[in-house]
Formats: sequence, structure tokens, C-alpha cells
Amino acid sequence: MNSIRLRSLPHLLLALLLTFAGAQQVAAQGASATADVKKEGVVPGATAAATPATVAAPAAGGGDAAAIAAGDALFKGNCAQCHAVNEQVVGPALAGISKRRPITWLIPWVKNSSKVVASGDEYAVALFNKFNKQQMPSFALSDKEITSIIAYVTSEEGKASTVATAGVTAGNAAATDGQEAGGAEAGAGKYVDILLIVLVVVLIVLVVTLVIIGNLMKDVLRGRKDLDGRDVEILEQRFDWGKLYRSPVLRGIVGVVFALVLLYEGVQSVMAVGLTQGYQPTQPIAFSHKLHAGEHQINCAYCHTSVYKSKSANIPSANICMNCHSQIKTESPEIKKIYRAIERKQPIQWVRIHNLPDLAYFNHSQHTQVAGLQCQTCHGPIQNMEVVYQYSALTMGWCINCHREMPLNTKDNKYYDNLVKLHDTKNAGAPFTVSSNGGTECSKCHY
Amino acid sequence: MKYWKGIEELESAPEFMQSAFAEFMPVKESHASSDATSAPRRDFLKLMGFGVAAATLASCETPVRKAIPYLNKPEEIDPSISNFYASTYFTGADYNAVLVKTREGRPIKLEGNPESPINRGGLSARAQAAVLSLYDGGRLQHFAIKSGNEHQKAEVAAVDQAIRTKLAATTGRIAIVSPTIISPTTKKAIAEFATRYPNTTHVMYDAQSVTGLLQANNGIVPGYNFSRANIIVSLGADFLGTWISPVEYSRAYAMTRKINRDKRSMSRHYQFETAMTLSGSNADIRVAVKPSEMGAVALALYNAVTGAGGASSYKNDKLAQAAADLKANRGASLVVSGSNDPAVQSLVTAINQALGNLGTTVDLTAPSYVRQGDDARMAALVNDMNNGSVGAVIFYNANPVYNHPLAAKVKSGIAKVPLTISLNDRLDETGILCQYAAPDNHWLESWNDFEPKRGFLSLAQPTITPLFETRQAQESLLRWAGNNTTYYKYLRSNWRALTPTDAAWDKVVHDGVATGSALPPAPAMLHAALAPDAAAAQLQRPASSTGIELALYEKVGIGAAGCEANNPFLQELPDPVSKATWGNYVAVPRKMAVENKWKQNDVIKVSANGYSIELPVLIQPGQANGTVSIALGYGRTLAGKAGDKVGANAAPLAMINANGTMYNNVVTLTKTDATSPIAQTQTHHTIMDRKPVVQENTLAQYIKNPKEVTEYEKIATPDGLEKPNKVSLWQDYSYNNHHWGMAVDLNSCIGCGSCVIGCQTENNTAVVGKQEVINRREMHWMRIDRYYSSDHHKDEFETVGKVGTYAAMEDPSDNPQVIFQPMMCQQCNHAPCETVCPVLATTHSTEGLNQMTYNRCIGTRYCANNCPYKVRRFNWFSYYSNEKFETVNGHMFTDLGRMVLNPDVTVRARGVMEKCSFCIQRIQLGKLEAKKQKRRPVDGEIVSACAQSCPTEAIVFGDMRDPNSRLSQLLRREDGERAFHALDAINVQPNVTYLTKIRNAESEFFAKENA
Repeated sequence: MNSIRLRSLPHLLLALLLTFAGAQQVAAQGASATADVKKEGVVPGATAAATPATVAAPAAGGGDAAAIAAGDALFKGNCAQCHAVNEQVVGPALAGISKRRPITWLIPWVKNSSKVVASGDEYAVALFNKFNKQQMPSFALSDKEITSIIAYVTSEEGKASTVATAGVTAGNAAATDGQEAGGAEAGAGKYVDILLIVLVVVLIVLVVTLVIIGNLMKDVLRGRKDLDGRDVEILEQRFDWGKLYRSPVLRGIVGVVFALVLLYEGVQSVMAVGLTQGYQPTQPIAFSHKLHAGEHQINCAYCHTSVYKSKSANIPSANICMNCHSQIKTESPEIKKIYRAIERKQPIQWVRIHNLPDLAYFNHSQHTQVAGLQCQTCHGPIQNMEVVYQYSALTMGWCINCHREMPLNTKDNKYYDNLVKLHDTKNAGAPFTVSSNGGTECSKCHY
Repeated sequence: MKYWKGIEELESAPEFMQSAFAEFMPVKESHASSDATSAPRRDFLKLMGFGVAAATLASCETPVRKAIPYLNKPEEIDPSISNFYASTYFTGADYNAVLVKTREGRPIKLEGNPESPINRGGLSARAQAAVLSLYDGGRLQHFAIKSGNEHQKAEVAAVDQAIRTKLAATTGRIAIVSPTIISPTTKKAIAEFATRYPNTTHVMYDAQSVTGLLQANNGIVPGYNFSRANIIVSLGADFLGTWISPVEYSRAYAMTRKINRDKRSMSRHYQFETAMTLSGSNADIRVAVKPSEMGAVALALYNAVTGAGGASSYKNDKLAQAAADLKANRGASLVVSGSNDPAVQSLVTAINQALGNLGTTVDLTAPSYVRQGDDARMAALVNDMNNGSVGAVIFYNANPVYNHPLAAKVKSGIAKVPLTISLNDRLDETGILCQYAAPDNHWLESWNDFEPKRGFLSLAQPTITPLFETRQAQESLLRWAGNNTTYYKYLRSNWRALTPTDAAWDKVVHDGVATGSALPPAPAMLHAALAPDAAAAQLQRPASSTGIELALYEKVGIGAAGCEANNPFLQELPDPVSKATWGNYVAVPRKMAVENKWKQNDVIKVSANGYSIELPVLIQPGQANGTVSIALGYGRTLAGKAGDKVGANAAPLAMINANGTMYNNVVTLTKTDATSPIAQTQTHHTIMDRKPVVQENTLAQYIKNPKEVTEYEKIATPDGLEKPNKVSLWQDYSYNNHHWGMAVDLNSCIGCGSCVIGCQTENNTAVVGKQEVINRREMHWMRIDRYYSSDHHKDEFETVGKVGTYAAMEDPSDNPQVIFQPMMCQQCNHAPCETVCPVLATTHSTEGLNQMTYNRCIGTRYCANNCPYKVRRFNWFSYYSNEKFETVNGHMFTDLGRMVLNPDVTVRARGVMEKCSFCIQRIQLGKLEAKKQKRRPVDGEIVSACAQSCPTEAIVFGDMRDPNSRLSQLLRREDGERAFHALDAINVQPNVTYLTKIRNAESEFFAKENA
């Protein structure tokens, strides 16, 4: 309750300020008012939450843990774009695959499915026709790797698809939790608002009633003739507003409060110059991350191909869309926009949401491949976004905070082995954060 | 009562009243500036108030930015990942096998191809800068036909049709004029053209011709192996800078100059020359001779070595010493000459033969093909053009109207030829006179093959689709000959014998280089070789030595042909010796300047052959007495925005005789009243006994005791003399991860400037133009300091006094010894710049780097003032948007030019300080690659651009924390011997270490010192 009052006070005064200062409304392009913006985009521990989820899986399956773990990685890297274990996505659901087909059939199929189809294999031809004659690409995997993928699939069998969803989104557990908490708070806030409105109404009614009663009393008293001079004086007494206006103490207090509020809002608005958190422009094609990344669980790297290897995460080119949409939803007006772009040879002009200034160097692969961060750590619950918006502040303070708090992902990376040893001998106990390895130095991002 | 300050106030003159109450007199800028640099303070406050309000308002509307992906992404391209393709740079003079670094399909940098046996990963400054010429807006962007005085844009088909019709109707000779062509397939295409039009002749000429050398060796340029020579004698050949194949020779030469505790021997290099060249400044023993004496020098050397021949008029102790050294190193010595006189070259060949150098240092089996021009053939063609017997002439990347000594006759000749076609990349001095222009692709847009030396092949592959509507010249020739294949297919089929399978071909395309031979033998020379006796007899005739002699030379940056003139990187590359940029000048010896009362920058008129040019004087120590030198390649009129009207064209001053072009002449000099400032980047000359900055010593001393060649400074402490780093105000940093460092071997550094351009292309450094260089605002992050020795020494203190001695020391000797020192940010561990920055824009990293953060810098310039090495550069202007810099810095101005910028490096704004970052973007990239592969970086994987481009491997970059890195090993080995820090006594503890230069000669300079 207190907090709400405090929060609404500046807003009341904000309106006041607008009259004086003019352009105070700085939140750009429909971004919500800055005071509401959640300052902490990064939730340390988001990755930590992800790790147990992957570790737990093999234990549940019970098979060769190492093979399953390897299979997990391979599945996500190669198969997850088109297949899920327990439901049909682009290709068939893989649950029960080891029972349906023998391993001796599966290995040549994965390696070169068109060859198996061409050989006239009955099952293969039927499968091929069932899926609109869409070919499964060839994979240069070893026999052992394919076996481990199947082991992984077997271990995942039977888990309800909702569980799978939870598994995939485990990485964002913290982020999602945070959002839910936020939602809960919003819910509570709603009731408080209603309560407040009721109270205000009651108060107004009370005041009006009191004024009416007071006037009635006055009228009654005026009607009486037995009042002496002093009583009449009291009755006819009027509140001297002028005196209040002339009071230096009150004037001083009002002046100081006004100045402080002006200063506070001024600083706030200047600090928010250029901030585009929450920026959610309309894109030329109504592409839904919620559908693709959320419901169909297509791996981010399937479209953003270079996110693990380069500085840029790469907006997918139209030919990547065509991998699926040459077959799927070909009649959708949004998909037709892609066809038109290809026919006219005019690339799709997406509106860029995440804009870093040119003076800052940011490399995706450093954060995804090396640090092992989830996309959601910075981009938020992308799998729930119908239209993508800028989730994090992307300010230098936001970067630096994370670099200060985030422990380095040094696991199994020989680059860090000696550094970890040196760190442990010197400050054992303190976490080996990015900044303790020089990750907050100027030239790490500015050159 | 009233007082007045002066008569103006008394009379209240209007001019006085105007300025009377202004606090500051308005400063007259030498350049009118659109930057509003001189805004008064009150305006500043007003503007700032407005600015804050405007910024608040403007921020309401962040511009919408687009993210435009590929429609169909090429498999090999990932945004922000560089791809490297092997290719070859050759523009008629300088051959380099290169790797082209491309980003998103744009070539952005060239690096040497380490697979190449010729340049072995090194790259010349010219090749480094060549990537800029791809994006040169001065190129002709379409085919054109001349109508009246204008070239009108024309369809390719229309031009083809017209040319084919006219060629078929041509009755006279058809001539194709080009510089040296080393491409076997191009020669085949020309031959096919000649089959279709049988009276075709192909005439090659070189702007810096070696016809004399070709004649003396029966039409070939022998392969020279400097790495096997203990004694090198050069008679005017600048083999480290410009002569034939400088990168190849530099690398081999440097191999003989690298010394260490275990190899205390090095080659001895004698140089007899007129102008002070790069080779001369690296020589152990240099003798200044007049061009007219060169024959006598060759003869004297021939006599001394063989004992044969007649008497020579030339006597010199050093020549006798050279001859003695040569005789003592038979089979392991080398004599080369830059003279274009066949008689001199015949004697040089005879000397090498007599010394048994054939087969060791002189390789006749693998001759160099990079110079094939025949002066006599070209001169004959010019005459034929004038007498009307030529029916058609095709200029293929040749610009004789500018760079041939008979330019005037070429010009009149072109007017008499019925059909003139230019394949040149722009409407240059020659192209503008031709009826048809069929511009060639840039080499980065082309397929081609090259055979720079017999048996060594390389390929060029396109790294970008042609930017303009141009067509590769070979394809044009094939079209006109009626062959409609693409040049790629033509090339591929020509290589069928060498690479029968596609896999073999792919490998060659991938590697860029191959072995094998495909070039037909060169045509026989018009003049046969001279026998040594005949040559000796010819040279015995006394040379006319009346009057002042002119030597024409080629600069390391701008070549003699002038084809790179519109490349601002090269125009602003300081000459290695004179440190002059933007233009040529008359280099005169001090004696001549004093006698004639000429001062530096006085303009004098140089006349010969009825032609005269006016150029400023530059007093050049080491210039032979009675001679002056002028560089070729300047004074273009139709090169483009950057290259036009820079200097004056000296080519017509050359002497043409029966043997060809002689790059010397007798000239008359007359002083004019004008002065023209020369933009030099270094105006102090001598090292002034500044041992702490740069150190050198003699080989004799090194052999005696390597520990005594470097003088280490000590500082006085209560405990006696100590090393400077024993006492410090600052705490030391500890480096856990990496500690980047650099070592520069002053013995291998030849001062060629390749690193300077490599740094410039890598780091998006702005070009500032002549006036700003004069204002000392050049932006190069690294420079090569050049110091001359002085004849004066400290022991004159008693006789002349300290001040007098120092004043005298400022003047270099007449024939000084030269030392080069690359100077870049020393990345001090106790950096003086860091402590004075009020906004912490320059800080220290945990990897030993001195970081510069542009977005934090407010431009106080305290850091530059406090830097003892003067390596920080301040951005005085918005070089990328101030139209004043459009001509010189065009590549940052237009969308076309900006394609060359390195996307990983910020383009710095006005008002910030910048400096060498040790190529932090390369370090970060290397580290990231290692981390991705879960390993430590491998030594040699992370190198700065300067170290990468150095043809002599003088710069070693590496991690000093890695005990096995090449750098750590080098520093351990040289510690206490040759390794020293510049200005060690101030204890800033640089991460750059220099290695003392060792000379293989008893110099006078040291004789005094060691005495």
C-alpha cells in the first residue's frame, strides 16, 4: 500500500511537471513509463536452473548416462528443428522409434534417407508419402552418435509433452518465475486499487456529508436569536485562506518539495534518454516467436544460424523460412509475404529491435558458445512473445552489473584452467566472475 | 582626462572599434572550417542549453533501424565472420601473393600469403594500400565512346560492335601497349587477338625500366638470392625499396641480418648511389656517387675483382674494400645495379660470373618475369605512331602520356592513330585521348594467373562482383577477337595441363600459389648483350660531368608508373628517408643548398629536354654532391580527387638514348620567388646522442661481447646505481591471463612502411591531407622514426661548448648513417597518460594493454602532452563528414568508400584522442576463437596488423605470459644483450622492446664513441 502511494505520488507530480517543463515524456516509441520498467533484466542463476534439468534427464531414463547426455546434445543440435520426442512437429514424433524400426534400418535412414526411399523400402516410402514427400536431410553422424540419439529418445519417451516443455524452458525458469511473480504483484495491485477507489469514494461521501451537516447546523444556529456576540462571531467566523497563503513556512515547504520533485524527475528523464527497453515495433511480417520457439520448440540456432559462432546472431534469410514453409501453411497471407519477397528478389526489411551504439562491441558467440548463456537471459521469455520486444535495458550499467555478478563458465574449458587455479589460490571463496577476469575493462567492449 | 592605448583608439578607427571589446582576436584558420571550431564561449553556452533541450526532444523519436537479412544466404558467408581468399597483387611493378580478408562479401584488408615462396607472407606498402583502390570513386564506371571532347556513356555491345568493325577495317599495325604482363593466360589471350588481327604487336614498357639488365642477360632478369650473400654490393639498385621484387629481396636480405648470441655473423652491404634510398639507408657502407660516375664505379669494381679491363677514373677506398670483401666471398656474394645502361649491367653480370655467384646468389634458371619492358620497342612504336604507320592502338593499363619520357610524342602520336582504345581503369591522361574506353575490372574483381618467376605461379580470384559496369580487359580482347568464352573458362582451360582435375584446380585457387611454368619465353631484345670487354671499353670514355646531374627515382609508396597516385594511403605514407608526404620535391645536398642560398621549401625550376617543372627544395643528407633527385610518379592531372596536382611529373626529364631510358640527365636549376611547404612528418633529424631512444653498435663489438652492445641506463639511489625499475611510485600490475608485448628488431627493420599502411587499413585511421600534415596532425597510429648520424660528438663540449655542440649535432652528416625505429604506443605498464586523464578514458587492462576508450574521452589532450613517446593522435576534425577532407579521405565519405572500413573498429569522432591499441580487435578475436575451442591461444595465432605485414619479420608480437611464445624466448635470449626499452630511465616500463641495431662496419660515428 505504501509503495503504491509512493509510486503514484511522482506520477501526480509528473502531470504537474509536464505543464512546466514541456517535453518530459521521454519513454520512446510506446515504451511504458520508465518508472515501471524493471531495471534488472538479468537473473543470475537462470543458467544454474537449467543445468539440473539436463542432468536429471538421464537419471530418469536409467540408460547409459553418458550416451544419453551425448544424445541429448546431438538431438538438440541436429534433430530438434523438425522432431520432438512425444509429438509430431515437422517430422514424426520419435517416441517408440527403437520399437518401431530396428537400429539397422535407422542408421542408414538418418545418414541418407533419400537413398533408403529410393531403394524402395516399403516403410520408408510410406513414411515419405505420409509427410508430403518432404525429404529428411542427410546427417553426417557416426553410427555411435545415432545410437546415442536413440538412447536419448528412449529415455525421454513417455514424459508428457508438458514436461518436455518445462524441460526446454527450464533455462528460463527464473525468468518466467520472475514474470509470474510480477503478474501476482500486478493482480494484488488491482485489488488494492479497487480498495483505494472505494476508500476515496467513502471519504468524499464523508466530507460532503460533514459539510452538509455543518451548513445545516449553521442555518439552525442562525435562526436562533438568543446568541450573544461571541457566539455570533464564532458562527460567522471564516477560514482565512490568505493567511495560509502568506505563511512563509508553508511556502518554503511547498517550494522545497516542488524543487526536489523537479530534480528527481529531471534526473530520471535524462537517465532514460535513448533507453528503448520495451520497444516493440510492428514487424513487416507477423512472425510469432511464441509459435515457433514456444509451441514448436524449434531451436533458436535453427534460424539464427550464426549465434553460436559469430558476433551477429543473424536474422534468418528467407531460404531458411522456406525449409519448412515450402510445405507448411503455404496459404497463410503472412507466409505469402515471404514468397513475394523471394519472387521480387527484395529482402524482407525487419525492424531492428536491439540496437547497441556503434561504439560498443558485442559478440553473441562469446556469450552463447563460451559462457553458455541461454538466449532468454538477455532476450527474456522469447518463447512467450507473440511480437518480440526489447526485454533488457541494454545499457552499459546493465552489462556491467551482469559481468560483476555472473560467475565465469570455466567448466571443461582449458582456456580457463590455470586462471581458475590462480583465482582459487588468491581469493578462494569469492566467485570467479567475469569482471574478476577483466570482463569490465573498457577495451573488452570499446575499441 | 583620457588615456589611449594607441593612435587607432585616439582616432576611433572603425577596424579598431570593431575588435576593441572582443576578448580574443578572431583566429584566422588556415582552412575554412565547417566544423564551427571557433564558436565563442557565449554561443557555446547557448548552444549547450539548446542542445540539452534538443536532445531531450530528439530522444522521443529514436530512428527506426532496419535489419535486412539475405534473401538466400550464401553458405560460406556468416555476418561478422571474415573470410580469406587467396589472390595476387601485381600492377606492372610490384608482385605480392595476398590473402584478401572479406567481410560480408567486401574485401577490407590484404595480408601476405604465407604459402607464397616469393613474398612468404610479407607485403609491400603498395599492396597493403591496394584494397582502397578497389573503392576508388575515380574509376571509370562504364564503357564510353568519345564524341567531341567528352566521353559519353555507351552500351558494352555498342562499343564492341564499333571496335570490331574498325579493327577489321584497320590496315596499318595494331599495337597493344601495356606495362609488363606476367600472366600466361593474358598473354595467350593477346596472342589469340593477334591471330585474329595478324598485324598486331604487343609492346610492353616499364615506367622504371630495366632494359639494360635484360639486355645484359639475354632478355631475362636473373633471380637473385640475397639470403645466400655474405657481401652485397649495390650500384644504385634500391632492392629493398623499389627494385624489381623488393618484398622478396627484403625478406632474403633480412635473413642475413638477423643475429643472436649463437649466430654472430651477418652480411655486409655496400651501396653506391646518388639519392638516399631505402637500401642506401640500410647499407653498412654507403658511398654517394654521381649518376655519371656509375659506369666508372662498375668498371673499377670489375677491374678490382677480375684484374682485367682498363683503368677506371674512379678511385675510392671503400670500393677497394668492397672488391676485397667480394673476392674473399666467392660464390657467396652478390653485385646488383640499378643502372639502365647495358654496358654497366654487362659488367655487373661479368663480375658476378667472375665471383662464381652464378648458381648460388644469381639464379639464371628461375629468372624473374616482373620486368619485361623493352624501351627500344616502345620508342619505335612512338615514332611509328607519329609517322602514321599505326592503324590502331590499345592501351592496356598503360598511361604513356603521363609516365613515358616521350610523353609529348605519345600524345601527338595518339592523335594520328585512326583507332585508339583504352582499357585503363579510368579516363587518365592517356584514356582521355582515346576514342573508346572499355575499362578493366579491378584485380580484386577479376580472375587471372601470374608467373612472377619461372616455375612459380599464382592465381587471382574475384572477391567481389564488379562494382561498376566494367569488363575484364582480357575478356574485352577475346570478344574483339571473336571468342565469346568468359575469361574464367579461358583461364581454366589454359590451366588444364597443370591442374587436370577439378580438385587440383580447387587446391590452387584455395592456396593461391602453385609451381610449374606456363609463360612462353620472352621475345628477344632488340639489342644484344655486350661482351664485358666491349662494355668496359664503352665505359672508359669519360662521362660528361658538367652541370648539375639529376637522378630520377621511384618512391616506395607511389610507384614510378603513377597508377597508385589516387590512393590517399600511399600519398600520405611518409617517404622512408625524407619523411615527406603528398608530393615530390627536389632533393639537394646541403652543400649545394648553402652555395645557392636555397632554403628548404624554396621552389626551384628544373629544366632539361626543353621541359621544366617547378618543385620545392628538400635538403637531403646523403645526396651526392653536384646532383639532385626527383621522384617519379607525381604530378598526375587525371588520376582522381586525391592524386591530381600532387607534385610535378618528372618523367619527361629522363634522358632517352639509343639503349633506352636513362633515369638521369644534366639539368639547369633556377630559383623562383615562390615557396611551397613540404609536408614532412618528422623534421628533427639526428639522434643527438640520444642513446636512451635508439641504440646501435658494431658487429665487431657484438662478436667480442654481446653484453656490451647496449647501454643500459642506471639511476642513482641511496643503495648506489640501480636499474630504473628498482624505484617506482606506482604499484606493479600482475598479469594472470595474458601479457601482450612486442619486440622490434632494429637490425631487421628496413623502414619500408608496410606496417604503417597495414595499421592504417586495419584500424580505420583517417587520411588528413597535406595541410594537416604540415600542421602536424597526421593520424597514423604508428610511424617509423628515421634518425641520421651526426659528425659531431659530445667530446666537443670542451672546445665548442655544450650549446654549440648540440646545435651542430642537429645537422646530419653529409653522408650520414641512418637508423629506422618503428614507434607506436609502447603500452607502458606505468603509463604516464593514464594518470593524467581526468575522465579515466585511458586505463590499464589486466592484459598489460593501455586502453583507450573513445566514448569516454572528452579531448583534454593531457594524455598526449604527458606521453613521452608522442604516439597519441588527436582528432581535430570529423574526417568522415567534414567536406574539407573529402578529396583526401574519400573512403570515409561515400558509401562506396566506406565499404573498406573494418567493421570491428570504431571510426573515431572529432575531439577524441586515439592511438595504437595493439590491435585489440585481433587479440579479442583470437582469444574468443581459443575459448570456443576450449584451449589456450597458440603462439602466432594472435598478431597485430603491423607484425603481420612486416616483410622482414622485424616485429614480433606475442604473449609474454606464455613462456614458450616466440616473443618470450626472444626476450629471454636478448635480455641484457640487445633488448632495450626506449627511454628506460623514466621507468614507464613499456611492453614494447627494441633490439639494438648492429652494423657490419666500423663507422666513424662509433669509432669516436668507442675510442
